[in-house]
Amino acid sequence: MSKKSASVWTSIPFWRRSAAWVTGVATVLLIWLTFDTMGQISMGSDEDLKNGVTKRIPAASVINYHIDYQFDDKRGHEVPVIGEKEPFFGKEWSAEEAAKLLHLGKLTSQAKNCMNCHTLLGNGAYYAPDLTKAWLDPKWNDGTMTGITGKASKEEAMAEFLMHPSQYPTHARMMPNLGITKEEAVALVAFLKHMSAIDTNGFPRNFSQSAKRLEGGTHAH
Amino acid sequence: MLINGQLKYESQKLAMNYFRVAIVLFGAQLLMGLIAAIQFLYPGFLFELFDFSVARMVHINALVVWMLYAMIGSVYYMIPDETGHEAVGIALGKLAFWILTAAVTVVVLVYIFIQVGSGSESTIWFINEGREYLEAPRWADLGIVAVVLVFYYNVFFTYLKSEKKTGIMTVMVANLFALAGLYLCGMFFTDNISMDQYWWWWVIHLWVEATWEVFVGTLAAYALIKILGAKREIVEMWLWIEVLMLFGSGILGLGHHYFWIGTPEYWWEIGALFSALEPVPLVAMFVHVLYDWGKEQGHAEAGGADTAVKNSPAMAWIASNAFGNFLGAGIWGFFHTLPQVNIYTHGTQFTAAHGHLAFFGAYATILIGMMYLGVQGAYGIKKMTMTFKSKMALFLIIFGVLGMTVALTIAGYEQVLVERADLGGGWDAFFIAQELPWYVQAQAWRLVMGIVTLVGFVYLAWDLLTIGQEVSQKESESVAATA
Repeated sequence: MSKKSASVWTSIPFWRRSAAWVTGVATVLLIWLTFDTMGQISMGSDEDLKNGVTKRIPAASVINYHIDYQFDDKRGHEVPVIGEKEPFFGKEWSAEEAAKLLHLGKLTSQAKNCMNCHTLLGNGAYYAPDLTKAWLDPKWNDGTMTGITGKASKEEAMAEFLMHPSQYPTHARMMPNLGITKEEAVALVAFLKHMSAIDTNGFPRNFSQSAKRLEGGTHAH
Repeated sequence: MLINGQLKYESQKLAMNYFRVAIVLFGAQLLMGLIAAIQFLYPGFLFELFDFSVARMVHINALVVWMLYAMIGSVYYMIPDETGHEAVGIALGKLAFWILTAAVTVVVLVYIFIQVGSGSESTIWFINEGREYLEAPRWADLGIVAVVLVFYYNVFFTYLKSEKKTGIMTVMVANLFALAGLYLCGMFFTDNISMDQYWWWWVIHLWVEATWEVFVGTLAAYALIKILGAKREIVEMWLWIEVLMLFGSGILGLGHHYFWIGTPEYWWEIGALFSALEPVPLVAMFVHVLYDWGKEQGHAEAGGADTAVKNSPAMAWIASNAFGNFLGAGIWGFFHTLPQVNIYTHGTQFTAAHGHLAFFGAYATILIGMMYLGVQGAYGIKKMTMTFKSKMALFLIIFGVLGMTVALTIAGYEQVLVERADLGGGWDAFFIAQELPWYVQAQAWRLVMGIVTLVGFVYLAWDLLTIGQEVSQKESESVAATA
């Protein structure tokens, strides 16, 4: 490889130019796709919810609605289904109140370092259950946790559990007490309910199939 | 490793300081990993005193920070060799080192003793940001930006000053600009968790699967010239080809993190296609390192010398890097990169298995190699050969990390089949899978292999501290003997 290369394949300027072009094109494509994705993942509005407009990330006021996770034949996986209105902690929250609550919930989820035990949207640590659809987990619906905590509704049971997790152990591996206040606990539940309404392209798949199968308590935990 | 005696340039002496802190943080990383591994088996261990979340946070933060230290150190070490000049702002560079080290110390102490805060902005500013890998509180983020600006100023302006701009330095300067700039994507707060994760991956993925990989390519190029006397033109041509392939696959390979976080379906195809190509450059890098090694060895033997390698521990770690990068990042990454597989593996120990082998194979190995190069320079050793401790360190660490990876892969496999495919995830499914004997046994093996790794680390630290003295003494004795 003296001054003049024998072939283009051994020419440094050729590879330098190619590297620059490929990097440039990939970067431009990524930026273009990012603009499109930003549009699709920005949070919907309260009006969208009222008018039944489906958004990948609904407004915070989705906490006022019943949320389900159902198989969609066309898409071939489960999708969140936003249903009728239902009270959240016994009341309907205005759009502003709900947004404030979600803000506090998200902040608390970071301040308490949830992600270094749990996964959120599948990302985080693998020491505790994934929280993506935690709001929909049968554990909160089948009477187990409402029974243990002595609360009437699942949101109240979740808040109580979050405030005093090690008082309600279900396994040898427990959640530690993180000094979560009542206000923060309510906000965290709102954050979890909101997350369960996010369209995650079917993740997790066949969510909590175990619930049906294990009815009757075949597993003595 | 504690003296700089034979180094001519202040920039290289500063590099040694970065290496020293890096090795301490590496030790801290392993200790924290050990605590977390014990907690998987004995959940009562340090419960509500030093919980898994804290151990794991310090484990992964110490990892990132020791690597950044070793990376900055490597660059300060190569600047004079590649540019022919002292770093232009060395006084500022030294100040930045002490500021960064003081800041890291404060951050770690806060992580360990304060752990969590209330759900408020002040926690994000002063305790931790609660975002995996990027937990550093915002004040520290701003400090890191300031320190990195000083570092980049030194790299960039020393490069400008050099008469002959080498390909290695050109790639380094351009790549570091992207690497540093990407950190800014992780510095804002949003209520929207999908938006949060979208930009979080810009930092994490575009670091470890793009800019850090190019960084490794640059280090390998420099090291091959330094250790083997490889021909610069060949090495630099390969470097450009690697940049082409790494960025060509890695930038859009980002899509494989956008399968399930609320982002649109088109990322399935884009992410699958480009991330499936990511192992290709890693094969190329492996072939390249072995090719140069064989070629230079052949030349050396033809010339009557017994070896072309001027620093055998560094060469051993760099060869481990070439293969480890391909195996850990390439193969273990490819295992679960397709959405059809990833929907079941996402968020299981499979990811942890890949994470361990990839960070080790792609980064830890070559950075350790750079530390050995530093020691060689500091003691002015002409030909550095492995000691018994170097061999023990190499063997035990590689064996330990491979063992942990296999154990975690088995744990992940069980989790994928039982928790995900069979039971569909959720609270009950998670704990049923966690308590099955196959999972527990895998975690036990992970702990054993973690201890093996830790013993290997003790040998490594001990070797780095003593090898310079040992080998330089032998070298001067043999010179005296022949004279």
